[in-house]
Amino acid sequence: MLSQTSILKVENIVTRFRTQEGQVHAVNGISFDLKKGELLGVVGESGSGKSVTMMSLLKLLPMPPAEIVSGEANFDGHDLLKMDLEELRKIRGGKIGFIFQDPMTSLNPVLTIEYQLIEPMREHLGMNRSDARRRAIELLEMVGIPEAKNRINDFPHHFSGGMRQRVMIAIALACNPQILIADEPTTALDVTIQAQILEIIKRLRKELGMAIIWITHDLGVVAGMADRVAVMYGGNIVEEAPVFELYSNPKHPYTQGLLKTLPNMKGKRAERLESINGQPPSLHQKPVSCSFAPRCSKTMERCRQENPALLSRENNHKVACWWNPN
Amino acid sequence: MKKVTNKSLLKVDRLVKHFPITKGIFRKKVGSVKAVDGISFEIKERETLGLVGESGCGKSTTGRLILQLLPATAGKVFFKDHELNSIGSADLRKQRLQMQMIFQDPQDSLNPRMTVGSIISEPMIEHQRLDRLQRHERVEQLLNSVGLDPKVTNRYPHEFSGGQRQRIGIARALALSPDFIVCDEPIAALDVSIQAQVINLLEDLQEEFGLTYLFISHDLSMIRHIASRVAVMYLGRIVELASSQELYSRPVHPYTKALLSAVPLHDPVLEKKRKRIILIGDVPSPANPPSGCHFSTRCPVAENNCFKTAPEWREISSGHNVACHLV
Repeated sequence: MLSQTSILKVENIVTRFRTQEGQVHAVNGISFDLKKGELLGVVGESGSGKSVTMMSLLKLLPMPPAEIVSGEANFDGHDLLKMDLEELRKIRGGKIGFIFQDPMTSLNPVLTIEYQLIEPMREHLGMNRSDARRRAIELLEMVGIPEAKNRINDFPHHFSGGMRQRVMIAIALACNPQILIADEPTTALDVTIQAQILEIIKRLRKELGMAIIWITHDLGVVAGMADRVAVMYGGNIVEEAPVFELYSNPKHPYTQGLLKTLPNMKGKRAERLESINGQPPSLHQKPVSCSFAPRCSKTMERCRQENPALLSRENNHKVACWWNPN
Repeated sequence: MKKVTNKSLLKVDRLVKHFPITKGIFRKKVGSVKAVDGISFEIKERETLGLVGESGCGKSTTGRLILQLLPATAGKVFFKDHELNSIGSADLRKQRLQMQMIFQDPQDSLNPRMTVGSIISEPMIEHQRLDRLQRHERVEQLLNSVGLDPKVTNRYPHEFSGGQRQRIGIARALALSPDFIVCDEPIAALDVSIQAQVINLLEDLQEEFGLTYLFISHDLSMIRHIASRVAVMYLGRIVELASSQELYSRPVHPYTKALLSAVPLHDPVLEKKRKRIILIGDVPSPANPPSGCHFSTRCPVAENNCFKTAPEWREISSGHNVACHLV
């Protein structure tokens, strides 16, 4: 079902923040591509740079302090990073939709759901008010909001967290985006509500066929949703592979460790959880060595001197690691 | 494995907490939020009882009621044969030494203007007669047991990462050598790679000091790992309680089944095969819970009776309790 043509090709993005304590190297040269209709899972812990990477693509970061030092992002024949704000505005919320983690703070509390749904359609698709309203109701029904016709005039605080996230999804889908970037869309929700949202996204993906970038720290969510997974650590992608390959045959020591630390839901209870020692890296230092080296069990001299590049191995598997068991 | 004795350390009997909803300038009571609605359970010495449920189900309130941080509306809490609700404040103060709490957010629960040393020694100043040197020794000893460098006593909380801050919170809870600790979502704010470190630490400390835990969490896989018995809460009531092994392999309450099936597995092969039970709708407001069984509005198998009468809390096999008409 997946096509091989890329819809988004990102090359070597470097994003830094200037702070009082010095520079923060948030994203250190990230490259990936997204195929048509594909769901790419981006996994990483807080501070690994997963959100900053995606926000850099659409310049959604406050600049300054953020600074996109280099990089290219080819979408639809254009480089997103070279566009001025006027051009970008046509793409944000139009061809590329965004869902944020916290539906509490990403909806405007003083505007009705109707207004917030209709605005992007009038802006991007040039629809008139009544057409847009009709489509808005359709969208709300599509994401499973009961009595959409009556509820469209409600304000965000009338909705529960799960319902608000549905509204966010409806807004993101309003203009038929080719890419949907979902930044931890279910993290703030309870598991039973998360299960509802995951089902909706799975269904809509089949119906609408857009490509999705799904940012999360939850390896479980990605296992059930993604076609391909990229694992981030310290501002780099350290491993990238098709989902079955990554979980059955993780190659980077960080990914291996991460999968081992998770307790099982089935089978025998482990006597003791395996853990990754140490702390996540501080991003103040220049990434001249492998950022996982201080916590890694396989560290060699080279790891402390050179940052490994993300290189292809067999089975569409890419790993950024000097250690190679073969 | 852990040496769980059969002696009960803590007993909760039909505990109720209703928070009043007030209106107008005279703060007239117009209703109440039924946060905890009549729950009973006991915790045995040296065991870990897991309390799971979604946000707003009353699990944190239960923890606070047990420690008498909130007055209960009705019901009793027995700790080592003392009835905590009725003993005087001086006696309660004595009992409190043996009961501590670890909080969710190590960012908010540590005073940013106090050094690590003074945070950990504060309970000792309050409750024990130790001189400066003895306190200092004890602080270093505690820092050692939670895996921090004893030299950090003069540093401030902001100099530490989330996982290290949680270790400071644990050291503070251990300062008075308690028997019982309420862990209120102690790992929810931590990164995945740090969670396992803290869980292992909690297990080691339990072994070393013979601690009993009430472990409150919404993370079902972590509860499966750490708890010997698990209670599942929904809208102020416990719906099912069983040994961890029993609950995860043979859940009987429809809510427990749905909850377990909603947890994403970190294995794409299993994920593709499995069938989820998707519950419809949201959790009703605890200010206005459904009559009868609280779960009836979302239950996929509810019958007429479920909407009318609340199910009884009964034992279906040894150590496995459930509240459901259809079991």
